[in-house]
Amino acid sequence: MTYAIETEGLVKRFGDTQALAGVDIAAERGRVLAVLGPNGAGKTTFVRILATLLRADAGRALVGGYDVATQSVQVRQLIALTGQYASVDNELTGTENLIMIGRLLSMNRLTARSRAREMAARFGLADAAGRAVKTYSGGMRRRLDLAASLLGGPELLFLDEPTTGLDPRGRNQVWDTVRGVAQDGATVLLTTQYLDEADELADRIVVIDNGQVVAEGTPAELKARTGGRALEVRAADRLATAQVAALVQAVTGLTPEVRQETGLVTAAGADAAMLAEVIRRLADNDIEATEVGLRLPSLDEVFLTLTGHQAGDEPGTADSTGASAPDAGRAA
Amino acid sequence: MTTNTAEMTAVQASTTIPGRDAAGPGGALAPGARRQTEPRSRISGRQAAANALTLAWRNIIQMRHSPEKLLDVILMPAVFLVLFLYVFGGAVAGSTNAYLEILLPGLVAQMAMFATMGLGTALCDDIHKGVFDRFRSLPVARSAPLLGAVLGDFVRFLAVMGVLTGFGVALGFRFHTGLMPVLAAYGLAYVFYFAVCWVSVLIGLIAPSPETVQGISFIWTMPLTFGSSVLLSNTRTMPGWLQAWVKVNPVTHLADAVRGLTIGGPVGSHALYMLAWAAGIVAVTFPLAMRMYARRV
Repeated sequence: MTYAIETEGLVKRFGDTQALAGVDIAAERGRVLAVLGPNGAGKTTFVRILATLLRADAGRALVGGYDVATQSVQVRQLIALTGQYASVDNELTGTENLIMIGRLLSMNRLTARSRAREMAARFGLADAAGRAVKTYSGGMRRRLDLAASLLGGPELLFLDEPTTGLDPRGRNQVWDTVRGVAQDGATVLLTTQYLDEADELADRIVVIDNGQVVAEGTPAELKARTGGRALEVRAADRLATAQVAALVQAVTGLTPEVRQETGLVTAAGADAAMLAEVIRRLADNDIEATEVGLRLPSLDEVFLTLTGHQAGDEPGTADSTGASAPDAGRAA
Repeated sequence: MTTNTAEMTAVQASTTIPGRDAAGPGGALAPGARRQTEPRSRISGRQAAANALTLAWRNIIQMRHSPEKLLDVILMPAVFLVLFLYVFGGAVAGSTNAYLEILLPGLVAQMAMFATMGLGTALCDDIHKGVFDRFRSLPVARSAPLLGAVLGDFVRFLAVMGVLTGFGVALGFRFHTGLMPVLAAYGLAYVFYFAVCWVSVLIGLIAPSPETVQGISFIWTMPLTFGSSVLLSNTRTMPGWLQAWVKVNPVTHLADAVRGLTIGGPVGSHALYMLAWAAGIVAVTFPLAMRMYARRV
């Protein structure tokens, strides 16, 4: 048994909506697999099937070597799930939530209690543990949810958009936890809309769109396919935008995308040497820039490259310029 | 020239956590701690019972934290008792004192029905909030979340009966039998309550939103509780079709059995009839609720 998760032709339909249209993936034991895709790509459906919460219409899924459809009792002993919406009990305190999970995992009263205290402390909830969860912030709630998931030391951890709605600090804490869990040998499958999150955490990324796998590989492989990083320059003076675009084109040999309304000039497929050259030439030409940098391609750009259409759009239309990853900033 | 290159670098630095070691979140977790032995292929009856009790404990703690959730079941018996007693007392039984003897045991039966409504609402709420997703992804018995909710609701039953009986006694009600028959009366009421809880569970699983649960519950509890001997022990003035309905209605038999056990009178056939109904209700609604639960969540 080499794979921790294996799926074959998973199909799920809700009425007229095809949520999954034959998904095949394989996740290696002890690794982090990211399932990357826009809203409505089928990520949550996929995770819910693996976590035995939904039944697939067709296909097969093995988790830890057990079939999720016929051996759900075994599967549930190996997994833990933290969903998009924190599934903790608002009416109970943090400690009571954790004790309840411990007791449901057949720990005795004493073990459940000490484990609850330990987990609360590890997730920075020691002070808040005695308070009702309804008084918690979004970040605390998510941390409690993770603590509940990890309380039993699961072999496999499913995280469905674990950082959606969190502030940067909360997101870093979640990332930290995921790294710790993987380091301890558990397998992690996380879904995300953010390429940088997948890049930061995952050993392998599966890109899904409209219920199908459209690309798969290591973060480096995928980035190579999407043409590396994007170079961005914004002139302080909007009137200099055209001049900046010409300069970027001269340095990179790429045709930059110019957004007139913001003055942002973007060239996809750039590298660090080009960035240095652009900065030098900007100085030479006495152009003041408010923003110069290299960033990972946004999910929009990855999608455009991999599927030929923008994330969330119907195939064939590629004209919208929607939201991108939450933090584009990452310098060379 | 100003650039934000330096700022971007800072963002990156903060995402790689300095000095992260085994002491970080999740650091001391034993990998696959649950995998000391191969996973069990089924959940034992003993574990199922333990799971249900844990989830019943959850419901009881919830009510302890938010006693305001019990407000309806605390106010309802008091309001009903006082209203019915003083509105109908003189007309129906000649005096409020005489009516109280008939009314209080009847209200025990009626409140056993009404008190089940909150359960469906709470359950529907749990499902919508995703709490049940957690339970379903844990290796717990499938019946545990539902059974736990019903068992934990015992607190609600106690609150209703406590308030009702307390008010009744304060207004002058006296038990004419012994301790055992009185306990048996409340025991019968609980058995019926337990059975009707499964109907409430079923509604909680079917209802599109927690708000609709109460509306649906009222529709079916009204004819059952008012079309019975709850308010009058003498039903001979009712039209024939209503008498027929009252006679088959298990609430009538519960009310009459409670009357017998608290103020004296026939008990046996009423109790048996009501118990048979309770068994029948559970036999039908429990498997249905389990089916709906498996499908719905």
